[in-house]
Amino acid sequence: MPLSLTVVTAQRSILQQEGVMRLIVPTEDGQITVLPSHAALMTALAEGEMVVRWNGGEDAIAIHGGFMQVVNDEVNVLADAAERVEQIDVARAEAARARAEARLAGREVPVGGVDVLRAQLALARSLTRLRVARRRSGSATGAPSSRP
Amino acid sequence: MPGGGQVRAIRDRIKSVANTAKVTRAMELVAASKMRRAQDRAVQARPYAETMRAVLSQLTGVAGGGEGGHPLLEVRPAKGIAYIHITADRGLAGGLNANMNRAGASLILEHQPTSERISVLPVGRKGRDFFRRSGMQIMGEFPQLGDFPNFEDVRPIARLVMDDFIAGNIDQVFIGYQRFVNAGSQRPTIRQLLPIVAPEGTASAPVDFIFEPSPQRLLETLLPRFVEMQVYEAVLEARASEQSARMVAMHQATDAAGDMVSALTLAYNKARQETITAELLDIVGGTAAIENG
Repeated sequence: MPLSLTVVTAQRSILQQEGVMRLIVPTEDGQITVLPSHAALMTALAEGEMVVRWNGGEDAIAIHGGFMQVVNDEVNVLADAAERVEQIDVARAEAARARAEARLAGREVPVGGVDVLRAQLALARSLTRLRVARRRSGSATGAPSSRP
Repeated sequence: MPGGGQVRAIRDRIKSVANTAKVTRAMELVAASKMRRAQDRAVQARPYAETMRAVLSQLTGVAGGGEGGHPLLEVRPAKGIAYIHITADRGLAGGLNANMNRAGASLILEHQPTSERISVLPVGRKGRDFFRRSGMQIMGEFPQLGDFPNFEDVRPIARLVMDDFIAGNIDQVFIGYQRFVNAGSQRPTIRQLLPIVAPEGTASAPVDFIFEPSPQRLLETLLPRFVEMQVYEAVLEARASEQSARMVAMHQATDAAGDMVSALTLAYNKARQETITAELLDIVGGTAAIENG
């Protein structure tokens, strides 16, 4: 039976999708693929790109940490923050990346300081957004099904 | 002539009341639209909250909340108590803030005999002003969160109490807010935030989960989120309540102004007629005096 997927953040619901055939998620222990009839699982999610494929469609979501539960072909993702491809503002992500990079380059704060940590997090988030957004521009130019 | 002065006074009063009615009517409309938006946000936050509760009930069942559990679950004698008090920044919302303040005050009175220190964390200006006046110890305040605060705006509140709880400065944390029952009614609600009361499990068959990483590690990431989410939920409810209470209060004010305008109009017409009658009598009396003279 295909998976039924729900992605929510504390502020809003991001995606609700039935009939999911494959799901690739970034966990803290690396990327994993969830297929129908997966064993019951609870796992912490890392920063990264989540790819959802169902019959006749595919969607990418930028996930910024969180939690995932898989049980009885139901997948619940509690993301700390998340955006779908079409919700990503590329210019803003680009600006955030530049800002974070500048902050990291120009600082002599000891590594692990709060400011450094914050900048690193911001950088990671913006990079994820940009990577996910690139997927959209790839499909917009009519690239033939780039299935791995 | 005193009669004419009275007529003018009533006319000015009608004008002023009608103007007030215009303002309260506008405020009612604004509150109604803000209430819809605030309600919408509360509804949007619900799926996360529900899933979180379901997951936690399963997880605490496995990881255990007892000895050696997560520090946020630890039950200690309540020597130090913190109380997060959520109110509106602005008034003109009927008894909303006063009721909340009263509920908060009675919570504190109830715990005062058994605890050594109680401090308040007011969120919203009305509650802050209240507890300042009553001389309570304030451990931090969060006024001006705005009508539609984000999750990120609310997180520092949860962080503050969690840090103090883990450090052992406080042993119990309560959160009080106006629960949104429906557009016409709100109820002051006070709940325990820390130590975390693990949500009750749904009586479904236990599932054999794989945990990555360990259940304990998952709890470590999920429990702080759970606390943050509860604070966020409370703030969203309080905001929706605020707007609905203001909408109702302003509606009543508009109605009352309307009633006052009709009562005043009646008095105005009566006074005007009396003046005219008095003037007529004067004239009639005057001509009669000349004819008779």
